[in-house]
Order: sequence, then structure tokens, then C-alpha cells
Amino acid sequence: MRALVTFLASRLTRALIAVWLVSTVVFVVMRLSGDPVPLLLPADAPRSEYARVAKELGTDRALPVQYAVFLGHVVQGDFGRSIHFREPAMGVAVGYLPATAQLGLTAFALAVLVAVPVGVISAVRRNTLVDHAVMAVALVGQSAPTFFLGILFILVLSLKAGLLPTSGRGDWTHLVLPALTLGAFSMASIARLTRSALLEVLRQDYVRTARAKGLREWRVVAKHAFRNAAIPVLTITGLQLGTLLGLSVVTETVFAWPGLGRLAIHSIYNRDYPVVQCVVFLSALVFIVINFAIEIAYGFLDPRIRPR
Amino acid sequence: MASSIPVSVPADAALEAARGGRVAQRTRRLVAAGAGFVLLLALVAVAAPWLSPHDPVRQSLRGRLAAPTLEGADGRAHPLGTDHLGRDVLSRTLYGARVSLLVGFAAVAVGSVVGGALGILAGYRGGWTDSVVMTVADAQLAFPFVLLAIGIIGVLGPSFPTLVAVIGLSGWVDYARVLRSQVLVLRSREFVDAILALGGAVPRIVARHILPNVLSTLVVIATLQLARAIVLEATLSFLGLGIQPPTPSWGGMIQEGREYLDSAWWISIFPGCLLLLTSLVVSRSGDWLRDLLDPTLRSE
Repeated sequence: MRALVTFLASRLTRALIAVWLVSTVVFVVMRLSGDPVPLLLPADAPRSEYARVAKELGTDRALPVQYAVFLGHVVQGDFGRSIHFREPAMGVAVGYLPATAQLGLTAFALAVLVAVPVGVISAVRRNTLVDHAVMAVALVGQSAPTFFLGILFILVLSLKAGLLPTSGRGDWTHLVLPALTLGAFSMASIARLTRSALLEVLRQDYVRTARAKGLREWRVVAKHAFRNAAIPVLTITGLQLGTLLGLSVVTETVFAWPGLGRLAIHSIYNRDYPVVQCVVFLSALVFIVINFAIEIAYGFLDPRIRPR
Repeated sequence: MASSIPVSVPADAALEAARGGRVAQRTRRLVAAGAGFVLLLALVAVAAPWLSPHDPVRQSLRGRLAAPTLEGADGRAHPLGTDHLGRDVLSRTLYGARVSLLVGFAAVAVGSVVGGALGILAGYRGGWTDSVVMTVADAQLAFPFVLLAIGIIGVLGPSFPTLVAVIGLSGWVDYARVLRSQVLVLRSREFVDAILALGGAVPRIVARHILPNVLSTLVVIATLQLARAIVLEATLSFLGLGIQPPTPSWGGMIQEGREYLDSAWWISIFPGCLLLLTSLVVSRSGDWLRDLLDPTLRSE
């Protein structure tokens, strides 16, 4: 019990440090980008206007004070007002969250549902044509740049074959290509890992015992081998959820998907920095929370790593 | 990652060793082929002005969106076609290798120096130095750095130094973690104590005895990071946050051709295929190099 509490505490500390570091980087970058006041005012505004806005934003105060105030705002989820949308940045960003969540979760589900069976088949049919072909595709999928994969899918499946729409958000057909693009890297990674984890387990003595007592091969694989191979697969699979979040910026841009990533890119072009900061922070927060949840779940699942 | 101890005992050790030797030889050839590819690409990048049939930024309104041809409207060959401004895609693709390799290698240099130094420092010094370095490393791994990179470059504005610094620093953790654990092991070896007892200075021990021992690990990570850096640069250029036009970069070209995918697919697809090939070859070379130099690094 004490080990478990220590474990939870150490993971929570790490998550909090990560959140603090992200906010600090956001603050530093914001300050490095220069004075925000001229961005908010017309070029011919009088000096008194500058002083008023500087006071309003707090940029007339000492840096450590600004930093403290900033952290206070971050805790309350306050990143200031969007210059473009003219409403609180957090509200804007949260509005774009569902589209990203929909795309991310679909891509994730697609990746897992394809990769795990494929990895198992590859391991069971080791060194056959099927195995080699699947692993070759997985290797390409793992090193292909996400945005180019999206472009290829659009060219071949939308424009040439006319099967699916090229961009935008609508019915489920709009979701297929972006989800496939976003999930490709994870799919490839999970398939390769499932294969190697299962191969590792299939070599173990208890698998030989299971076979020796006359169990059918599919039972050996499904009941004895797969359950044990599942632990490393689960860890990597969880981490992939975070990778998906990072890659969704690119995928959303390629497919004009109205999510957080596209909002970030648009806000950069519009020099709408409160929104940029907010999106970066919000995504980092989601990522950190996911990782934290996975580590906790993992700690409960695998008693061996708990005390660490 | 769970460390795996091979359980199977080979029936015939000699046979197994012979097979291992053959595998190693094959891996060596593959690594050499990968290195050859990168060398060739570097030669292309350096010799781009002589290899390119056209000026990569010269526009030609009459020769816009020409399909790959050996005899274009201007009477000259455009083997990979022209783009929406009539620029030669082959020439731009060749020049694009410059940006990819320059940013890639510079970023790897930044990442390996920073990450390597911090990893060796953390491993050698231990104590609170180690705690601070590893906490920051863990924290960096705990959020999507690509997103932060986009935010940073978006706010600071894209420039070569910013790009190199951001891409380079996005990869420092890998070097630091692996080198730290290696140095931890090395430091406890007798030869380090012996040198210390003989009055050897710590920087000298690190430079003369620790560094050569971790060099092969460093090379493996640097190769894997090179592939990552090239893809990240192309991604940022694609998003308009990398090297700015009119300088040709693969990511930028893919972005420019996106609007014309239906009518002029060659603008995006040729540089994209070269990018994909480069990423695949470099990352596979890293895997092979790891198998050859340091099988303990295997993570999958």
C-alpha cells in the first residue's frame, strides 16, 4: 500500500512539473516575441493609449511579477482574450476540442483494431510472405511523414479513385482519410511491437508446456501467449495517444479538419498569440493527463513495476 | 522498456555463431548502402547548381504546370515537370536536398552536443545534477514537443537558427537518457578509479576514456535522430513555419503543389517520394547500425 502511494505521488509530481515547465516555456516564448501592445493598437494611437493598454495587460510591471501573475492566470485557465475572435482564448480553444477528440479517438481505435490482429498474424506466421509484406508496409508507415501520407491518400483514394471526400468535416466518409493518415504511424508501431512481443513470449517455457499438454495452437496463442504479450503493447499503445495529439496538427491542416491543430496554425498566421498559447497549453495538459492515467493504470496492471 | 534476456539456448553454438556472423555481414552491407545513399544525397546537395538543368527559382508564366516532359513549351527538358510558377521541379527537388540535410545535420549537432553533454554530466556527477537533468528530460517527454515547436516558431518567426535550435533541442532527451545510463555503468568500473588514484583529472577521464566508450551509442542515436530531424523540418516547412520561399525545400514544395494535386500531381509527389525514401533509408540505417554496434539498445 505504501509503495502504491509513493508511486502515485512520484507520478503526480512529475505530471505537475511537466505542466509547470510547459507554462514557463509558454511565458518565456511570449516575452521573447516582443511587446504585445503595438499589435493591439492602431499605428497612430497616442502614447497615453499605449500606457493604458500596457497597464491593462500588466506588461508595465517587473518580469518576475508578470511571471507570477501569468502562473496565477494559468491555474485559472485564463490566457487572455483572442485578438481575432474577440472572446476569451480558452473558450475559443475549448470549442475546437471536440473535432480534435473525434479525429484522434477514431484514428486511435482504427490503429489498435488493425495493428493488433495484424501483429498477431505476423508473429504466428513468422517468416512467411504475409509476415514480410506486413512488416515492410509497417516500416514504410513508421517512417513516412504524416503530411505526405495524407497527400498520397488524397491523390490516390479521393482524386483518382473518387472513393472519399478530400477535406472538411461532415458524415463518416470525411473521417476515414484523416483518421487513417493520423493513425498510420501508431498502427505501424503497434503492429511491429505486437509481433515482437508475441514472438518473445512464444519462446517461453510455459508456452512449450501449454503446447506439450496438447492444447490447440490458437488456444496457446490466444490464452497463454497473447495475455502476456499484451503488457508492453498496452504501454506503447497508451503512449501513442499522445503522439496522435502532436501529429493531429499536421493532419488537420492537410484535410482542413476544424480542430485544435488547425486553430493553432491559423492563429499563428493571424498573430493571435493568446490562442496559440492556449492551444499549446491545452494540448500539453491533455497529453500529460493521458500519460498520467496510463502510468497509473499500468501500475495497477503490472504489480512488478509498482514499487519503483 | 522491459529488458529481454534470451531464453533459448542454441542447440549448436558453433552453427549459431556462424549464422550470427553471416547476419552481421549482411547488416554491415546494409549500413554501408545506407551511408552511401546519404553521401550521394549530400553530393547532390553540394553539386545542385551543376546538376540542375534550370535555375530553381526562375519563373516562367508560359511554362506553368507542365507535365514531366523532355521537350517543354520553352523547348527545354523538364523531366519532373514544372510547378504553378513554371519553375522546374527537378531543379527544385535537387536544391531542396540542401535545406533538408543542412537543417538535419545542424539539428543533430545541436541535439547531440546538448543531450550528450547533459547525459554524461548527469551520469558522472550523479546527485542533484542527475535529478534535475532527468526531471527536465521526463517532463519534456511528457508533452507533445512538435506542438510546442510549432508554437515557438510561430511566435518567434521562422529562421534558420530558430529552426535548428528547436528541432535540435526537441531530440536532446534521447541522447541524455542513453548516455547517462552508459556513463553510470562506466564510472563504476575499476579503470576509472585507477585513473583517479593516479591523479587523473575528471575532464580528461571523460574526454579520453568515457567519450570513446559511448561514441558508438552516440552515432546510433544521431542517425535515428537525423531521420526525425529531416521529417520534422519538412513538416514545419509544409506548415509554412520552416525555410521560407522562394528557397526550395521538400516540405515547402509539397505544400505548394497541394492546390494542384488534381491537375499537376508531380509538384508534390516527386519531392515527397524523395523525402519518404530519405526518411526510410536513414531510419533503417539507424536500426541496422544499432544491431551492429549495440544490440542492447534495442527497444522494440
